[in-house]
Amino acid sequence: MALALAVAACGTDAGGRPRAVRVAVAGNFAAPLSELARQFTERSGIPIEASIGATGQLYAQIVNGAPFDVFLAADDVRPALLERDGWTASDSRVAYAVGRLVLFVPGRASLASVDAELRGGGIRALALANPHTAPYGAAAQQVLERLGLWDSLRAVVIRGESVSQTFQFVASGAADAGLVALSQMTGRDSREYRVISDTLHRPLRQEAALLRQGSEHPGARAFLTFLGGEQARRMIAGFGYDTP
Amino acid sequence: MTLDWRVIALTAELAGVTTAILIIGGTPLAWWLSRTHSRARPVIEAVVALPLVLPPTVLGFYLLILLSPSGAIGAFWESLGGPRLVFSFPGLVIGSVLYSLPFVIQPLHNAFRAVPDTLLDAAAALRAGPLDRFRSVVLPLARPGFLTAMTLGFAHTVGEFGVVLMIGGNIPGRTQVLSIALYNNVEALEYGRAHTLAGGLLAFSLAVLLVVYSLNRRFETPRL
Repeated sequence: MALALAVAACGTDAGGRPRAVRVAVAGNFAAPLSELARQFTERSGIPIEASIGATGQLYAQIVNGAPFDVFLAADDVRPALLERDGWTASDSRVAYAVGRLVLFVPGRASLASVDAELRGGGIRALALANPHTAPYGAAAQQVLERLGLWDSLRAVVIRGESVSQTFQFVASGAADAGLVALSQMTGRDSREYRVISDTLHRPLRQEAALLRQGSEHPGARAFLTFLGGEQARRMIAGFGYDTP
Repeated sequence: MTLDWRVIALTAELAGVTTAILIIGGTPLAWWLSRTHSRARPVIEAVVALPLVLPPTVLGFYLLILLSPSGAIGAFWESLGGPRLVFSFPGLVIGSVLYSLPFVIQPLHNAFRAVPDTLLDAAAALRAGPLDRFRSVVLPLARPGFLTAMTLGFAHTVGEFGVVLMIGGNIPGRTQVLSIALYNNVEALEYGRAHTLAGGLLAFSLAVLLVVYSLNRRFETPRL
């Protein structure tokens, strides 16, 4: 209620309703965001409009004047660049989720350990996201390097442009295994995947930032506060992320 | 993220405006291409065909940079008091016009080339002015070309993705068209909705092409 009152002061449209908060969100967090947005709107009356894209593409759009209030990135690199170049409200950068990687092999009754599965030689096509553009791809490459398997598995690796495309490669059967996000395993049989130890790759810290555009919009700040709150953190964890 | 009529209305509006601009602006260009002996012709033809081979993301990326408030064209435009071009409907129209250009110009160009000079000369001998000749000789003969150009231009704009995602920014109600709503559904793992949209687009595209090809066949039968 206090939230709603704080917002009522400004940021309204002609009809007196609050203007929607425009959130640019990385593809991997699209599903959690739509659930978080629903709850936030229920509580505050402020609608959320999500624009989904790849983190690098959203970054390019923000520095070219895209009208976004909040940026939910898939990494901590692009938000830091935006802050350095003055595109964010000062000190608004905050980690909201930490991604976890899984080895996903659908259609199997049981899986051995990650290490044994990857070394077993039974994989004909292993999907991972492009390490140059997708944070989950870079983490997947680090895992394979750390396990000393990068050179031997290179020949069977196929690359998706994003972690969602990578997931589709595996889910459709085009690849028999993939290194994808735990958050994509919603509704999957837990025997089809193994969570990969986060000591094998740099943390997949996903950061949020309040953009210059949104610093005037009280709803945008309120949404970021909501995102760091206990209720949101529980929900984020439920979607397969660690919370910072 | 739901399938709403806003998305369909926006897509239809974009495709309609784009097709109208392309037919109005493309007709003189295609006519010039079909009659000129200028050495600039191959250059113009190559530029017109460029969107056929260029990855849409390349076109989208350059447009984003050129049209943005700090870009060469965007800065000039806004200094004249024009509205923001990127992440807005006008920006989508500019991108779509470029992207669908060859799909309108080439059918028109082919149709105009097939109009025999002798007919135009005969009309001229009967003292028909240039506009009159165009209206009463060229237009009826080129009707199948116009039909193909309009349907391909419209359908191709409905199906575009890379350009509108890049310069549109995927903003609900303003720049979120059908193909992008489909992308959203896939990203958000809402495969049921994705199937509805993808199936709808497939049926629409097939229907459009069927109409074009059946009408063209009817026009092909001798009518003299």
